Amino acid sequence: MALTNEIIKQKLTDKFAGQLSDWTEPYGMLTFTAPKEINLKVLQYLFDEEELRFQFLTDLQAVHYPQNKGAELAVVYHLHNLVDNIRIRFKVFTDINKPDVFSATALYQSANFMERETYDFYGINFIGHPNLIRILNVDEMDYFPMRKEYPLEDQTRIDKDDEMFGRGGAAGFGMDATVAEGTISEAQKTNHQNEI
Amino acid sequence: MSDQLDHIVLPEGSIEKQTTTLNLGPTHPATHGVFQNILELDGERIMKATSTVGYIHRAFEKIAERRNLYQITPLTDRLNYCSSPINNMGWHITCEKLLNVSIPKRVDYLRVIIMELARISDHLICNSIVGVDSGAYSGFLYLMQYRELIYEIYEEVCGSRLTTNIGRIGGFERNFTNTAFEKLEKFLAEYPKQLKEFENLFTRNRIFMERTIGCGPISAARALNYGFTGPNLRAAGVDYDVRVHTPYSSYQDFDFKIPVGKTGDCYDRFLVRNEEMWESINIIKQAWQKVQEFKGAEAEVFHADTPAYYLPPKKDVYTKMEALIYHFKIIMGEVDMPVGEVYSSVEGANGELGFYLISDGGRTPYRLHFRRPCFIYYQAYPELTKGGMLSDAVITMSSLNLIAGELDA
Repeated sequence: MALTNEIIKQKLTDKFAGQLSDWTEPYGMLTFTAPKEINLKVLQYLFDEEELRFQFLTDLQAVHYPQNKGAELAVVYHLHNLVDNIRIRFKVFTDINKPDVFSATALYQSANFMERETYDFYGINFIGHPNLIRILNVDEMDYFPMRKEYPLEDQTRIDKDDEMFGRGGAAGFGMDATVAEGTISEAQKTNHQNEI
Repeated sequence: MSDQLDHIVLPEGSIEKQTTTLNLGPTHPATHGVFQNILELDGERIMKATSTVGYIHRAFEKIAERRNLYQITPLTDRLNYCSSPINNMGWHITCEKLLNVSIPKRVDYLRVIIMELARISDHLICNSIVGVDSGAYSGFLYLMQYRELIYEIYEEVCGSRLTTNIGRIGGFERNFTNTAFEKLEKFLAEYPKQLKEFENLFTRNRIFMERTIGCGPISAARALNYGFTGPNLRAAGVDYDVRVHTPYSSYQDFDFKIPVGKTGDCYDRFLVRNEEMWESINIIKQAWQKVQEFKGAEAEVFHADTPAYYLPPKKDVYTKMEALIYHFKIIMGEVDMPVGEVYSSVEGANGELGFYLISDGGRTPYRLHFRRPCFIYYQAYPELTKGGMLSDAVITMSSLNLIAGELDA
């Protein structure tokens, strides 16, 4: 019998009663959320279980949701069962002030660089990683550039407002709007005057 | 003399040390890209390799968060620049999946032609470079001119050669001209002869075999654990190919084989790539046959009907109100995307190239992650080279088909 999303979901809910949540299937890929304390248990179960055999880690990365207070950072795992050819995705959320997540390197060698990259850009501290140092950015960098509080464009420019991109300024990213306004608008004003 | 030696205390790092440290890279002619490997050598044997990556990191994922979908295509060009059309198509296919656009068959087949040409151009570079690194320069000269023919086809279709930015969301920017098809036929007529010649030079060449068999091997289990995909994984004996497992762009309509190797060493990787080039030629022939079968109005179809995302032709923009509106909406980036998260992957020339796109309903991606195959399998490099000779490490690197642009994003 072919493995389907329903069977996977059933097996996981049987095993981790009530701990997994947010079951969705965007574009056919089964997606769920696990508490960060049991991420390795879920991975190990998916790896070992006779019927599941999710033994290929396709991708691992993080996403930053600033509005999601207390669980700002999400680590997203994409797993692939090559035998039955089915993919799943699961996420663990963590507090940005204490971004500790257990490392999957013991299970997957491929997680090594991917976790280093995730640490490099989002500052997630993978516990148990053998060599958690920056990989793509320079070693001296002291911030995590992919977090949403670091806007891409030069904030003194007024022609590059976030509103143009459908989000209504820095507030759209869930940043503290007053702080953003206080710092930016002053600079914007002077810049604007200079232009005039 | 000998009793005197006992009293000499040598400073750390002096020549009397047991091992030698050698910096291979960042700019070394044998690395074909900006890689650094700090090697610990015992004589000429490698005890330990430490890789440093990131020399040409260009923050594509961050830049993409402030760009509209169609503006991200040029970023994907610069990942694996030996086969940019595959990256472009992979990105278009991801967007089309998010936007629920259905693509006409003819467009799919044209895309397949372009993608397989890109695969050939990538493999021929990789394999001929393996030849160069093992001391056989002539194979490179034999094949390189055929990349030129492929680039001429790209040029005829989209106007550029290396970083192609080919196609649009929904199809191609214009229909293929007759010249493009003539050039395709010329390539199909000439290339197989040359590839045969190239194989005659290498495949059973005693020196080449001695040089590459058993060099940088990896078992299937280790390769899977290291996240290998593409020809490198298939050389280790696992028949995983995205084109077959998750068909995109109508690959299910084609009849082709997946070549696999056994030992995962440089020789097997070389053979798998050569065999894949033959399969690609075969696929292109089938696709070209299918494209010719479209008659009448169907033969003119080169894009899907998605006015909100597909840039209208200039002639219409100047004469039709609708087209003018859409032109401005697209150029100014005023089209909101549906909310959703998509993972879509294509079989890139060196592995599974994945795009993980999260949209929050804005006009730019909320998060975009590129699954870059060679970034993931490069971690195996220290294990592949350990205990081997220094010169083997150079061949192993070129036969892994590492592309610095893709590695560093």
